[in-house]
Amino acid sequence: MLDKELRSMIGDVKDGRMDRRAFITRMAAVGLTAPLANQLLSIGGVAMAQSPAPYPPTKRGGGGPLKLLWWQGPTLLNPHFATGTKDQDGSRLFYEPLASWDVDGNLNPILAAEIPSTANGGLAADGKSVTWKIKPGVKWHDGKPLTADDLVFTWQYASDPATAAVSISTYADLTVEKVDDLTIRILFKNPTPFWANAFVGAYGCVIPKHLFAEYKGSKSREAPTNLAPVGTGPYTFVEFKPGDLVRGKLNPDYHMPNRPYFDTIDMKGGGDAVSAARAVIQTGEFDFAWNMQVEDEVLLRLEKGGKGKTVYATGGDIEFIAINFTDPNTEVDGERSSMKTKHPILSDPKVRKALALLVDRDSVKKAIYGRAGRTTANYLNGPEKFVSKNTSWEFSVEKASKMLDEAGWKVGADGIREKDGKKLKLLYQTSTNGPRQKTQAIVKQACQKAGIDVELKSVVASVFFSSDVANPDTYSKFYSDIEEFQIPMTQPDPALHMRRYVSANVATKENKWQGPNFPRYVNKEYDDAIAAAETETDLVKRAALYIKCNDLLWQDTVFIPVMHRLTVDACSTSLKPVVSGWANRTDNIQDWYREA
Amino acid sequence: MSQYVLRRLLIAVPSLLAISLVLFVVLALAPGDPFSDLATNPNVPPEVQAALRAKFGLDDPIYLRYLHWLNAMLHGDWGFSFVSRMNVDTLILQRLPATLYVIGSAQILALLIAIPVGVYAATKPYSLFDQIANTLAFVGFSLPTFFTGILFILIFSVTLDWLPFVYSTDIKATGIHWVLEMIRQAIMPVAVLGLFQAASMTRFVRSAMLDVIRLDYVTTARAKGLGQTKVIVKHVMRNAMIPVVTLIALQMPAVFGGAIVTEQIFRIPGIGSLLISSILSNDTPVVMAVTFVFACLVVLFNLIADVLYGWLDPRISLR
Repeated sequence: MLDKELRSMIGDVKDGRMDRRAFITRMAAVGLTAPLANQLLSIGGVAMAQSPAPYPPTKRGGGGPLKLLWWQGPTLLNPHFATGTKDQDGSRLFYEPLASWDVDGNLNPILAAEIPSTANGGLAADGKSVTWKIKPGVKWHDGKPLTADDLVFTWQYASDPATAAVSISTYADLTVEKVDDLTIRILFKNPTPFWANAFVGAYGCVIPKHLFAEYKGSKSREAPTNLAPVGTGPYTFVEFKPGDLVRGKLNPDYHMPNRPYFDTIDMKGGGDAVSAARAVIQTGEFDFAWNMQVEDEVLLRLEKGGKGKTVYATGGDIEFIAINFTDPNTEVDGERSSMKTKHPILSDPKVRKALALLVDRDSVKKAIYGRAGRTTANYLNGPEKFVSKNTSWEFSVEKASKMLDEAGWKVGADGIREKDGKKLKLLYQTSTNGPRQKTQAIVKQACQKAGIDVELKSVVASVFFSSDVANPDTYSKFYSDIEEFQIPMTQPDPALHMRRYVSANVATKENKWQGPNFPRYVNKEYDDAIAAAETETDLVKRAALYIKCNDLLWQDTVFIPVMHRLTVDACSTSLKPVVSGWANRTDNIQDWYREA
Repeated sequence: MSQYVLRRLLIAVPSLLAISLVLFVVLALAPGDPFSDLATNPNVPPEVQAALRAKFGLDDPIYLRYLHWLNAMLHGDWGFSFVSRMNVDTLILQRLPATLYVIGSAQILALLIAIPVGVYAATKPYSLFDQIANTLAFVGFSLPTFFTGILFILIFSVTLDWLPFVYSTDIKATGIHWVLEMIRQAIMPVAVLGLFQAASMTRFVRSAMLDVIRLDYVTTARAKGLGQTKVIVKHVMRNAMIPVVTLIALQMPAVFGGAIVTEQIFRIPGIGSLLISSILSNDTPVVMAVTFVFACLVVLFNLIADVLYGWLDPRISLR
């Protein structure tokens, strides 16, 4: 779409010549979905719709207990210490951000009185500041009022290096100032196109100054409130047993009318995904279970005549096979997969392309993901505005074989290709997980047909995803030729997701493999595009830059995308959860209810 | 007798010290840094991590850290969980009741089945009862608990819908309803663990009885005209129980370990699942504390076995 056209359309909406819905529909037609269309409008100066979710209950409480089953239970309840989604989900029952992402990817105000926009003066024209107004009358669970001081304090708390908060990067590069008791202003150093990061979503939870003030910085671990949260959320804290149980009860002073619906909330932890699905879908012992990483076939079987169903939400999570650009089998200065080496086989683009042709996404979808996956050729799969239309994938053993022939790999006596006496043999690692092992088997079979010998390896998830420097089996060390896993996209904006693969982020011994660029991909064009996108306030140009980055990853076959994954949860038939693919599961917990 | 117990107790103390030293060194040498999350989190500057390491004494030499740990332990301080950011003893105490309840009940169930069945089978070797008991025992300990656990869930929870299969530490009922609910939710895990234990124990009781039943003194007792029941209970069982006590006592800590699987299946928040999750997240203080508790259990049950030997056969305590 032309820049000019888009601007005139935004103008139309602003002046009331076109309504918001029509605008979003037209945007959708050109490949732009709700969240970004909305962001466009808000930057363009149109107030974001604060469309209330349909919420039928007409009074607070009366819904009985809500029983949630998380197969990994929360181990701590301070949102700024939360290392995994399980901890964020648990803390979110009690703490709240200013706004969170709803099912369609719109910003939904929680503690904010309204979503900032150019029209209401919330967004500065230069993109360097945003002003948030807090809803008046919100109280902490102990009765003290919520004020701008709490937000300023939350910023100070999280951005203080001594606190060791995991949310530090969200808050470190900005300044938060109090305008009045119920207004704050966030100041950015550079024009920031994606302004809805601080105080939004999981890391956006506001903590009470009066309870945490003494425990900022090095004393942060001693705060009694780390274990017994006092927030503003729909449920007040009752009990916490790490890894086992989080318990809350209805907050009678909650700031949203008729909410929450449930009288008590229990989040039970432990066990595995299959039995969690069984407890919700088949026996109905629980109302909702998180993250059903189970083959679709199993879920379909459970759903037959059961008391529950599966629910899906679309985000940008991508399951992929990453290719190692360095040599995992040669040690240079005590480091394998060193930047000083080149992969002896995979540095040839033809071999990488051939490999991409050998991943049969259709079979993987049919045999494993079913309703929970969409086949894709893109690394970046959402929001729609950022999704490239220039890519495509194909499964063809013949084409792959031809490509390998061209690259000089000839089939040997044992059916395995070789070149200069070297066998075409690859080590394919992933985390131990049913669907992943099945995908491995499908890929291995196709590779065998094409004369590639693939050795499979699976590593226990807690080791594979750990950041343990001493462990050789982590994904970031990447001591194999190819590896498969999923990277979740936590925000409806690609900035964080895509900047991982700039060359400055290569995982090396020097940075203790902290660098998120584990394929060790280096491309100046990619680096430049990311740098340009990060300060580009023109949203259309910015989107084009991210599409370009995605296409570079595709052309260079850095990743072989396998499946665009939807989040899958199990839910009892009567429960009406609000689950967004762009937020944590419990991010809209105040809107959950049960149909009588 | 009391001197005998005292002697045993005195041996227990150095063994515990030695065990704790070995555990500590192994854990200290094992790969994995409790602060690795912070270390590799690009959001957290290295100074923060260094300060935390210094605060928890992680950069001290091993022997100093061990002495610190021992000193803290003697003062009743079990350490601080890095993952949950709470005291280890609180964590363990939260988990202990469920473990004790389930494992204790399972062990009692196993004894209640194994002793009568084993004794009766031994009195009538190769009878129909003995054959059936033996067959069932073989089936019982050939089937792993994770298999029987899932089988039980499918039958009693899914098909029949009689029993819950998610263990809840927090039952919302009072009085008799609470008791009933506690029993109801423990039936499956206790049965799974108890039957597994009972199977091997039955075999053991039977062979121990058979060893004794053929001894001359038993024949003498019979020749004196004593009734069958009296001979079995007073003369045979008392002697046959010595190896059985050894087995049970030495198996007790293994049961705690073996229950880890059962705890996972039924989501029982016990010590076993705490140990597994702590190992996976490198939460060294918790791993140290839980393994040390296991070590204490081994020592304690050995001590109990020793005392029971003395009671069953007074000659043992005199030596």
